[in-house]
Amino acid sequence: MKYLDEYRDAALAQQLTREIHRVTTRPWTLMEICGGQTHAIVKFGLDELLPEQITLIHGPGCPVCVTPVGIIDQALEIAARPGVIFTSFGDMLRVPGSRADLLSVKARGADVRIVYSPLDAVKLAAQNPAKEVVFFGVGFETTAPATALAVYRAAQQELKNFSMLISHVLVPPAMESLLSSPNCRVQGFLAAGHVCAVMGFEEYVPVAKKFHVPIVVTGFEPLDILQGVWMAVQQLESGRAEVENQYTRAVRSDGNQMARQMMMEVFQVVPRQWRGIGEIPRSGLGLREGYQAFDAAIKFGVIGRRVEESPECRSGLVLQGQIKPHECPAFATKCAPEHPLGAPMVSSEGACAAYYRYRRQPN
Amino acid sequence: MDLFCPIPISQYPHVLLAHGGGGKLMRDLIGGMFLAAFQNPLLETQHDSAVAELAEKKIAFTTDSYVVRPLFFPGGDIGSMAVHGTVNDLAMAGARPVYLSSAFVIEEGLPMETLWRIVRSMAGAAKKCGVQIITGDTKVVDRGKGDGVFINTAGIGVVEHAQTVAPQNVCPGDRILLNGDLGRHGMAIMAVREGLQFESRIESDSAPVHETVLELLRAGVQIHCLRDLTRGGLTSALNEISAAAGLTLLVEETAIPVREDVHAACEILGLDVFQVACEGRFAAFIPERDAPHALAIMQKVSKDACLIGQVLPPLPRRSEAKAGPNFNPSPNVILKSAIGARRILDMPTGEQLPRIC
Repeated sequence: MKYLDEYRDAALAQQLTREIHRVTTRPWTLMEICGGQTHAIVKFGLDELLPEQITLIHGPGCPVCVTPVGIIDQALEIAARPGVIFTSFGDMLRVPGSRADLLSVKARGADVRIVYSPLDAVKLAAQNPAKEVVFFGVGFETTAPATALAVYRAAQQELKNFSMLISHVLVPPAMESLLSSPNCRVQGFLAAGHVCAVMGFEEYVPVAKKFHVPIVVTGFEPLDILQGVWMAVQQLESGRAEVENQYTRAVRSDGNQMARQMMMEVFQVVPRQWRGIGEIPRSGLGLREGYQAFDAAIKFGVIGRRVEESPECRSGLVLQGQIKPHECPAFATKCAPEHPLGAPMVSSEGACAAYYRYRRQPN
Repeated sequence: MDLFCPIPISQYPHVLLAHGGGGKLMRDLIGGMFLAAFQNPLLETQHDSAVAELAEKKIAFTTDSYVVRPLFFPGGDIGSMAVHGTVNDLAMAGARPVYLSSAFVIEEGLPMETLWRIVRSMAGAAKKCGVQIITGDTKVVDRGKGDGVFINTAGIGVVEHAQTVAPQNVCPGDRILLNGDLGRHGMAIMAVREGLQFESRIESDSAPVHETVLELLRAGVQIHCLRDLTRGGLTSALNEISAAAGLTLLVEETAIPVREDVHAACEILGLDVFQVACEGRFAAFIPERDAPHALAIMQKVSKDACLIGQVLPPLPRRSEAKAGPNFNPSPNVILKSAIGARRILDMPTGEQLPRIC
């Protein structure tokens, strides 16, 4: 398939691998930010092609994984109310809150629906004026423009029965938080290509400078990731710490202006709780004053509940790259996709799920 | 087949609860619709059981229920699927399908015309497969308690050969053959259900496969095992065989045919095409020496039939030191990825959910 097969070419992958081996002289630890990249790495076995000196650790870039239990609980509470159509992206449905998940609330009679775009939820609201339609707005800068557009459209259409439960998060503050930790092992980053397709990469320049880490904006196909690793290792070997763009076919330095404008129209930067990590200042998006009528948490009065995580789940350490998923004592024993303790075991982008799916067997 | 609708539609344009109530309306429905469409002497006895004679001593017997929304989808409908699915289950035991039963659970209010289309489609599929529908049942449930119609079909097939076709017969060295491309049924349903539009129309692969299997048997091919790929797709089928046989299976990603539009739809939605349902595909486990012959026969039916991998001996466990205590040792399906690395092909958890980004 065009735009896919050429980035999965075995011969080119071998060639890039040889090149990475050639330039690597010392041990280096890189973090790929995005869960989509983690899955590609584990699915295609890319880490096995790399020199032993290179360690890839898996970052927090899984929107499902970092959404706090408290917000999942709010979602469950709203979804269970009579007269509510609760809409969400598919992979939020199996994420456990403190007592249940959206799929089990649905099984008990709640009207929970999967949508592919937040705009579909706006359409549903227009078609069902007697119902309250709520969309679960989660994700990084990747999904935020579409969520923003949905709120903007709902405002234009003066829909009174549409609202959003929002848990949007931002990548650069999370990177700074990781880098500020005394346990941080990360020496270089593969930044998430699609986040940068929206935001561009200018905001990463001060991070690279402040912490002296190379940051390579990287795509999601095997050759993208191998090339991203190669570029990061070259920087590390030569002592550079710059922002470079591997994903040039999708990312410009200033990103997608229209998408950014829409985000800024509807959202403002707010502090945000990250599941397994804690609160990070200025790391999330919330509705601006003019749009707060669309805030489902306010509308349904489900604000401010904080919930304890399962003490056995080490997903916080996994999300910060401090342990690998299989190093958690609960991995594949107490915690599996059928009975997850933490979100990274559920999401199709979660690191624990990737290890569970592709890595339980000897090779 | 062009049957004119014998139900007085002007009188009962929709199915009523009374059509399942055991009275005159039910008799009208059975006589006017089911007997007329499925016509054969065994059904027409209208006894509590059909009584039939079989020439062979060895029979295969199976049952399956069909629940699909929408009832009509590109490339098929619930009626033809209910025939093909059960015929294929019989074929997987190497049996020649002979008789089916059909039980309908109909939701009150289903348009009679819709039921008639489904029944006609079943009759057409049964005729094409060379099977007779010889007994049945009709129930009607309250509106809102069903999804239009649910169908159960049971099937009886005759085993006319001396081979044992079963997972336990799979041996190291067996070749794994596939009779066509993957994922079309699941994506066709998804496209309709979710209102997804692609440039090309993806049609279900729903089809009977028993003729291919019988042809393999007639040609003297030794068949160790057959498994049709329905829910859970190739991944579930291979994991089930691996677990039952206690052996490792190795398949090559690049050898597995997937149509470009199906592949693209899966990539867009973040679905794993190897887990997507098929309704006319099976994997065959054939000893190495017979594999080329078997493949040639399968390719006469579908040019996409191909060799996708082989059966290996069970792998030794990775040393405790390297694996850690948490690595699960069973089952064992390994996929050689497009870029040459190996990974496991794990059983899906439940339904696949489209991902966020």
